[in-house]
Amino acid sequence: MTIDGVEYVVRFENVGLRYGLGPEVLQDISFALEPGSFHFLVGPSGAGKSSLLKLMYLALKPTRGLISLFGHDIAITRRGDLPGLRRRVGVVFQDFRLLPHLSTFDNVALPLRVAGGRESDIEKNVVELLSWVGLKDHLKARPPTLSGGQQQRVAIARAVIARPKLLLADEPTGNVDDRMAMRLMHLFEELNKLGTTVVIATHNEGLVNRMGHSCLRLEDGWLEVRGPDSGSAGQTVAAGLSPSILGGAVGRKPESAA
Amino acid sequence: MFGHRSDLPLDKDPLSRFLPWLIAFMVYLAVLALAGALVLNAVIVRWDRGVTGTLTVQIAPLERPPSVSAADARADEERRQKAVLDLLRSVPEVARAEALDDQRLMALLEPWLGTTEVAEDLPLPGLVDVELKPGTSLDAAALGARLAKAVPGTSIDDHKIWLERLVRLIRMVEAVASVVLMFIGLATVGTVVFATRTGLAVHQEAIEVLHLIGAQDSYVAQQFARRALVLGLRGGLVGLVLAVPTLFGISYLAAHLEAGLLPDVDMGPAHWLALISMPLAAALIAMVTARMTVMRTLARML
Ligand SMILES: Nc1ncnc2c1ncn2[C@@H]1O[C@H](COP(=O)(O)OP(=O)(O)O)[C@@H](O)[C@H]1O
Ligand SMILES: [Mg+2]
Repeated sequence: MTIDGVEYVVRFENVGLRYGLGPEVLQDISFALEPGSFHFLVGPSGAGKSSLLKLMYLALKPTRGLISLFGHDIAITRRGDLPGLRRRVGVVFQDFRLLPHLSTFDNVALPLRVAGGRESDIEKNVVELLSWVGLKDHLKARPPTLSGGQQQRVAIARAVIARPKLLLADEPTGNVDDRMAMRLMHLFEELNKLGTTVVIATHNEGLVNRMGHSCLRLEDGWLEVRGPDSGSAGQTVAAGLSPSILGGAVGRKPESAA
Repeated sequence: MFGHRSDLPLDKDPLSRFLPWLIAFMVYLAVLALAGALVLNAVIVRWDRGVTGTLTVQIAPLERPPSVSAADARADEERRQKAVLDLLRSVPEVARAEALDDQRLMALLEPWLGTTEVAEDLPLPGLVDVELKPGTSLDAAALGARLAKAVPGTSIDDHKIWLERLVRLIRMVEAVASVVLMFIGLATVGTVVFATRTGLAVHQEAIEVLHLIGAQDSYVAQQFARRALVLGLRGGLVGLVLAVPTLFGISYLAAHLEAGLLPDVDMGPAHWLALISMPLAAALIAMVTARMTVMRTLARML
């Protein structure tokens, strides 16, 4: 599905989400991400950052609205085609979700195996990546024996090992020190330079300001879109913003509700 | 296929530990039921060949006025008997036709008539034992008609009625055995469905992660199916190993307690093959059931 000749990696249109019969956690979310763009998703705890990412990695279905991933309307995508879409998405879960009975190596190898990769290629790639994130000596370790920061790096390695077209990371630097946080951010930027669209949910505003990428701000279930380096709050930019953002402040809180 | 890496720790499930025993039990019962059915079937085949190869011709003594002397009556009966024997021996299918002598006749009748003194005075029928040439069959009714015409008062018994009743009984027992086998199969399927559903629930989180990183349902199903196959084989072999001595025990007892009632039957290699394939059948049922259960359960997920 293309609009203005661009095939968006992700497109949300008037998406709403509620859990069970509860209130709408996300309301009227509309945005689109261009291929190769880099975004932070910020907002206070409980604003719905994780929920928004879950919609993007197809762990949840929206209560209303349209979500399209790589041009596929997920509401009408056949169940058998979902794994193909998911393989193009790498996810760093907030709680890692490593498989505790598998070694570090096997956890990171999982996306390649699931996609039917050759064992010889898998070995080389996994070891290389784990060395890069400083876990070369823990290939055989089980996640529960690793520190929080080490587990986080395993989770990140698993998310990027298959060179996803879209990388979604939920608080990926929450358990590591600043130096490791920057190192991991640079890993994401490298991946981004190779064409991966990146969305990183974080409440670490310092990090966001240091990096200077476009920013999606969630507040009370409403989404606000800002271009890079737009310092002061409320200054939402509809045009002239990072070209990767479509539609500007379409999800902005209406004045009456403010 | 075996020793293949698994992404889910299925072998640590509590169910993984008791499923093989359940399958062992099922296979044990299935082997006994199947062996019983096969033996009975062999018995029927045996009877069809063995017992129907013989006929008995009965020559009822004629009613004679009291004026006829006993010696004359005896001579007359012997003449009738000879006529029957001559006729029987002229039939090409007949291998042997022999009259039962009085002594054997008495021995046969003793259980019913008591001491032979009582029987001495009774007019006894003459019995002729007829053996057919192996592999031939003959129309007993037509032969009976010919005999009755030539020597009035004869009748022929090809043991058919007696045999047919037994065969019917055995067929019924076989049907029961088949139903038992079917129920064992169903119980196995039910057990595996239950075990698989439990496994899916236990590993729900890991399965969700597999899904989210792009695993097809079949990738997950394959892990359960492979596990079920291994457990099924393991349990099935245990069941078979336990069933074989039981079978030998039963056949030993049968041979010693009921010698002569049942014809001696040996199970052929085909029968043994059928018994040995039961664990394999159980394992395949377990594998297919596990796979279908996973596929159907996952199809209801996002
Ligand atoms: N599984 C769930 N069931 C019910 N409510 C949930 C669930 N997950 C999140 N929520 C609610 O949705 C809101 C947004 O949560 P979340 O997306 O985790 O926010 P964030 O990641 O920004 O902290 C919160 O009010 C939270 O209580
Ligand atoms: Mg969160």
